[in-house]
Amino acid sequence: MTNWREKFIELLLIGAASASILIVLLIFLFLAKEAFPFVLDPGIKELLGSQWIPVSFKKEVFGILPLITGSLLVTALATIIMIPFGVLGAVYIAEIAIGRERAFLKPFIEIMAGIPSVVIGFFGLIILSPVLKKIFQLNTGLTALSGAILLALMAIPTVISISEDAIRSVPKSYKEASLALGASRLQTIFKVVVPAALPGIIAAVMLGIGRVVGETMVVLMVTGNAAKITFNPFESVRTMTATIAAEMGEVAFGSDHYQALFWVGIVLLSVTFGLNFIAQKVLTRYRMG
Amino acid sequence: MRNKKVTEYFLISLIRLVTYIVVAIVGYIIIDIFIKGLPTLSWEFISGFPRRSGAEGGILPAIVGTICLVTGAISVALPLGMTSAIYLTEYAKQGRFKEIIGLAISTLAGVPSIVFGLFGLGLFVLFFGFGASILSGSLTLAFMILPTIIVSSEEALRAVPVTLREGSLALGASKWQTIARNVLPYALPGMFTGSILGIGRAAGETAPILLTVAAFYLPKLPRSIFDQVMALPYHLYVLATQHPEAEKVLPMQYGTALVLLLLVILFNLSAIILRNRFRKKIQW
Repeated sequence: MTNWREKFIELLLIGAASASILIVLLIFLFLAKEAFPFVLDPGIKELLGSQWIPVSFKKEVFGILPLITGSLLVTALATIIMIPFGVLGAVYIAEIAIGRERAFLKPFIEIMAGIPSVVIGFFGLIILSPVLKKIFQLNTGLTALSGAILLALMAIPTVISISEDAIRSVPKSYKEASLALGASRLQTIFKVVVPAALPGIIAAVMLGIGRVVGETMVVLMVTGNAAKITFNPFESVRTMTATIAAEMGEVAFGSDHYQALFWVGIVLLSVTFGLNFIAQKVLTRYRMG
Repeated sequence: MRNKKVTEYFLISLIRLVTYIVVAIVGYIIIDIFIKGLPTLSWEFISGFPRRSGAEGGILPAIVGTICLVTGAISVALPLGMTSAIYLTEYAKQGRFKEIIGLAISTLAGVPSIVFGLFGLGLFVLFFGFGASILSGSLTLAFMILPTIIVSSEEALRAVPVTLREGSLALGASKWQTIARNVLPYALPGMFTGSILGIGRAAGETAPILLTVAAFYLPKLPRSIFDQVMALPYHLYVLATQHPEAEKVLPMQYGTALVLLLLVILFNLSAIILRNRFRKKIQW
């Protein structure tokens, strides 16, 4: 009797745990299902074009290259900003700050991670963009750079908390040995601790990049949404995420445009899946997860 | 020697500066929204219905909408997440199956929120025919916060010492009896912490509900789970970017931003405090 009950509970729990696998499979399946008809008509080649003109009196064009370069530009800029702040912030919290300061900074970073993206976007729209417009004398403050600064801000908590875990998991004996040999505090941090934690820090940055690539509301609100190929940080761009969010509401279900947006979703999912997969492999391999 | 010390002090100050630049910017955002949002905050604003497409009146439907979505999401994600975590920590043996589940959870954690929106649109809104509704939005949000809840529940379960389990098993209790009576009671506070973090995330997300539930302007309260609703984050987005008189309704924007921010900070802060208390109180 009891045995039967125990088995039943275990089966139930296995079922629940398998749900995650099922959900991931369903996500891939449903994105593919909605996107697939595009392959037959107008054909996959259409997606490789360099123009995205989804609404037109003459001919709609669904080339996703400008969306990819848009995401690429914003992500690259955000990564450049995020790395020094994220990594040095982690070093400071893990190795330099003590006592009350640490007790303030750690929850502060957690609160920061929780600020809704739409609030950050709102701040960018009202405060940051006008400031940047003035400083750089631009026609519009809604540029790739504005988006990148805000995205970096959103990814910094991820980078800090995962890097900090990696730094703190470096064995104490390494540090003690370095200090005993006469190295200074900073020498120990940057020549011993940080190199030992490097795999974890790299994984942290990759997860941060994953967050930046997938972020929607901030880029939708502040990057200006102009679908063109450019690598100038002071120009407006349109990212993959913003395109889906802005256009899905007005599209006819099942149309070419609808399917093209699902293709954008597939590209997006593949990129974040790849980044995440590699980061997790690094973290488990070096036991820093 | 002295020179070296000066350089060292200088560099440490530089790292401190970099850290506090981030703190200052985030602090500025929070304070700016508090100062400019507070004058709008009133009983009428919180309990009233919007008028003139949100230019006047209150934001009650958006608050109620967000509460509905969060309640729906958590009532699906919490049981599913907690049971998954129990399986992973108490039952699963190291091996292929556990590895695949782990990969699925971290994949899920990395899926962009707008992709969750696409998925919810394809599966719930269209395939199951739930339409743009509280049900579709809640389920989409539930899947989005599932990894947060699983990971923090696992952490809470692992923090319970093995000796408690061994003692119970040695006295002849079955595996499930041991878990139910000697493990779960100690892990529950930690598990709820994770769920509060999940609630905070679900309340603040815009992209997934954009495609599955959110109404542009709908000044009434929902009657069933198949109704569309307004939601706080989407309402802020609409006021800030889509409203014909976006600049005139700035106070309404700040007010909405403040309510949303307060809600999310409240959830996160209580999760942090609860966790710290729990860690301190139980000394094994």
